[in-house]
Amino acid sequence: MIFLQLFITFSKIGIFNFGGGYAMISLIQDEVVNKHHWLTTSEFTDIIAISQSTPGPIGINVATYTGYTAVINAGYSEWAAILSAIMTSLSILWLPFILMISISKVLIKHKDSIVVHSIFGLLRPTVLGLILAAAIMLMSVENFGSPTESTFVFIVSCVIFFLSFVGTRIYKIHPIIMILLCGLAGLIIY
Amino acid sequence: MGIYTDLFITFCKIGSFTLGGGYAMVPVMEKEIVDKKQWLTQEEFVDILVVAQSTPGLFAIDMASHIGFKYKGVLGGITGALGVAIPSIVIILLIALIFQSFKDNIYVEKFFMGIRPCVVALILSPCFRMAKTAKINIYNCWIPIVCATLISLFGVSPIWCIIVAGVAGFLYGHYLIQKQ
Repeated sequence: MIFLQLFITFSKIGIFNFGGGYAMISLIQDEVVNKHHWLTTSEFTDIIAISQSTPGPIGINVATYTGYTAVINAGYSEWAAILSAIMTSLSILWLPFILMISISKVLIKHKDSIVVHSIFGLLRPTVLGLILAAAIMLMSVENFGSPTESTFVFIVSCVIFFLSFVGTRIYKIHPIIMILLCGLAGLIIY
Repeated sequence: MGIYTDLFITFCKIGSFTLGGGYAMVPVMEKEIVDKKQWLTQEEFVDILVVAQSTPGLFAIDMASHIGFKYKGVLGGITGALGVAIPSIVIILLIALIFQSFKDNIYVEKFFMGIRPCVVALILSPCFRMAKTAKINIYNCWIPIVCATLISLFGVSPIWCIIVAGVAGFLYGHYLIQKQ
C-alpha cells in the first residue's frame, strides 16, 4: 500500500530531520531512491532542481513532488497523485509539531545547558556528513553520464559541476541563476 | 479580519515570497511578526529561533508553527504551519502536473541534463560555510567523513547516524556534568 508507506516514510523523515532542507535530501534519498525505488536518481535530482527554483521550504517542495511522482510511477491516476502529494507533505510536519509544542518550554529553559550543547556539538558535524553523503550519492552515472560509454556527456557534466561550484561558492552567483545557466548550457551543447 | 485568517495570510505571504527557504525567511518573519504585527517581542522571537534550530523538522515550518503556537495556542500553531506550507504545495503541484506532460520532450531532457551536475555542486557548495558553523576542527573532522562514508558507500541509513550522534552527545554531556 504505497500511500501508507509514503505516510510512514515521510513521518520518519520529518522527525529525524535536523539541520534543514539539505540534510533532509540525504534522508529522503536513502528512503525514496535507495530503499523503496519510488524514484530514479535522475528524477530525484530534477525534483531538487525544481524545488530550489520555487519559493518555499525545499523540504516541503521535495516531499510534495515525491508524493506525486511516486504514485504516478506506481500507476495510479492523477487525482490519487495529487492527494498523495498533499498527504506526503503534511506527513513530514505533524511529528515535529507535536514534539515542539511539548518540549519547547523545557528547551528554552535548558538551551545553555552542557547536555544540550554536547548533543548539538555532535549533531552538527553529523548533519554535515549527511549532506556530503547526499552529494556523493548524486554523483552517479545517471546524473553525470558514464566515463566509458558516454564520454562526451561525462566531460561536459564535470565541467558544469566545476563551474557551478566555483560560480556559487566564489562568485556568489544565485543558485536559481546558476540552475538556469546550466540548463541553457545543456540545451546548447547536447 | 479574524486572528486566524490574519495569521494564515501573513505566513502564506512569507512562504510564497521567500526563495531558498529556511534561513532566508528569518529576517522576513522578524519584520512581519515582531515589527509590524507585534505578535511577539524580540526576545520571544529569539527564543523560538533557538527551539526551531534544535528540534527536528523543517526550519521554516518549525518557526511558523511555533510563532503561531506562542501567539494563539495549538490551533494558531497549525494555522502558521499550514500558512507556510500551502503556497509551496500548490506551486509544486502545478509544476508537477505541467512537467508530467513535458517530461519526455527532448529539449526538456537536454535542459535537465545540464542542470543535474549543477544540483550536486549546489548541495556541496554550502558545506564549507556549514563546516564553520558546525565548528569543524582536527578533532571532530572525522565525524562528517565517517558519516558520509557509512551512508554513501556502506548504505547505512542516515537515521542511524543521527540517533548515534544524539545519544553519544547526551551521554558525553552527562559525563561532563559528573566530572564537574
